Amino acid sequence: MKNKNNYSREHLAYLKKQRNKKIIVILSRAFLLIAILGIWEICAQCKVIDPFITSSPSRVIKTIGSLYADGTLFYHIGITLMETIAGFLIAVTVGYAIAMALWASDTARKILEPYIVVLNSLPKIALGPLIIIWIGTGYDAIIFMTVLVSIIVCIMNTLSGFCAVDKTKLVLMKSMGANKVTTMRKLIIPASLPALMNTLKVAVGLAWIGSIMGEYIVSKAGLGYLIVYGGQVFKLDLVMTATFILCLLAGGMYGVIALIEKKVSK
Amino acid sequence: MLEFKNISYTYHAKEGETTAVSDLNFTVENGQFVSVIGPSGCGKTTILSLAAGLLAPSSGEVIRGEGEFGYMLQRDALFPWRTVEGNIFLPLEVKKRNTAEKRARALELAEKYGLKDFLKKTPSQLSGGMRQRVALIRTLAAEPEILLLDEPFSALDYQTRLEVCDDVQRIIKSEKKTALLVTHDISEAIALSDKVVVLSARPATVVAEHKIDFGGNSPKSRRECGEFAATFEILRKELGI
Repeated sequence: MKNKNNYSREHLAYLKKQRNKKIIVILSRAFLLIAILGIWEICAQCKVIDPFITSSPSRVIKTIGSLYADGTLFYHIGITLMETIAGFLIAVTVGYAIAMALWASDTARKILEPYIVVLNSLPKIALGPLIIIWIGTGYDAIIFMTVLVSIIVCIMNTLSGFCAVDKTKLVLMKSMGANKVTTMRKLIIPASLPALMNTLKVAVGLAWIGSIMGEYIVSKAGLGYLIVYGGQVFKLDLVMTATFILCLLAGGMYGVIALIEKKVSK
Repeated sequence: MLEFKNISYTYHAKEGETTAVSDLNFTVENGQFVSVIGPSGCGKTTILSLAAGLLAPSSGEVIRGEGEFGYMLQRDALFPWRTVEGNIFLPLEVKKRNTAEKRARALELAEKYGLKDFLKKTPSQLSGGMRQRVALIRTLAAEPEILLLDEPFSALDYQTRLEVCDDVQRIIKSEKKTALLVTHDISEAIALSDKVVVLSARPATVVAEHKIDFGGNSPKSRRECGEFAATFEILRKELGI
């Protein structure tokens, strides 16, 4: 490791420039957020916009407070979070397993290809009524919807990651007499790790779509339920609040995945 | 020992069938280093796949002696997520022979051929020539009797190529392994081999065989020998270039 004192003046200037750039980015981000929230609040206070329709940051904070006071804040958050995470985990693991099976068998891949393509392009919300009738109106129905929305992309992304593995390495494994299971374990899984990480990032976004969409169709609780309910009774504060919390949660979950990726690809 | 007896091989594709190899006969004796040269696309890789039994011949017979095969490919195909050591152990893991004793043997080989300081590094930290040496040690770790080399130097720049060429020949000779190399590089074939087999264009069949016994045992001294140029000319004419 080089000591900082050993760097040339030019290099130190370069480092400083890089650091300044970073600081500018971070400050600008914070400023942008504050500006948007501030303008929104001021416009609502001065009645430039109607806070009954648009709500306002202070009303959102008040709503969070009252939800917290009557003890339902974490209940709703918990329900939606549980549905999303459960759906996400099921979609990723089952999707990964299916992708493995499809990788192992060319024939199975060819047979199932058109079905996967059709299922991928089908708007999953069209299956809403069927899901309600088959599974009911509990949160298992919503988890099922979440899985449905994200699993196809999980399968397709992971499979294309498997298939993109360097052919020379496959020949090498074959020349050592490796069977499919060994090739999977020693080569395909580690080689396709970056593809898996990408899949997780896409899947986490889709899982949120699935769970909130599920709650729109059937639910008695959750953030999606609050949004729909708030819309129906014209409590836009509630709608905005739930949306705001969703932003935080979705961003947080993405952050966790990004952190895992950093750890894994180190 | 490895013997090709009247081997023919035909590829089948939707567009039709292609005879890659027809009526091929040659022998690789134990401890011999044999090179097969031929024009590009004449089915050289097919010959190695037939030798290793990855492909079954359409007709004829491949007679194999005792012992296993080890493959060395055009590119090193090292796994970037494993260390050099991990790469060398790969064939042991695949062949379910990952015992402490075998690992120690593999490490001994690695140290003997100058990889001691690189064992804990990742392939990306190594030069092209060094990577190819790791690939060779990986192949040898499984203790094969016959090495099948598929243009293992073709992806390297010229200078590295000469170095690695020397390197590989020295290691294979001192480990007393039998080797079958396919290449399109005439000078490489002369520099490395005890015997050169010249193939025709597709469908490949043997045009001529040459024993090479001048210039001592190292590729370097061969290249410096006066007969090198003459042999090169003969082979060049036989290849029709």
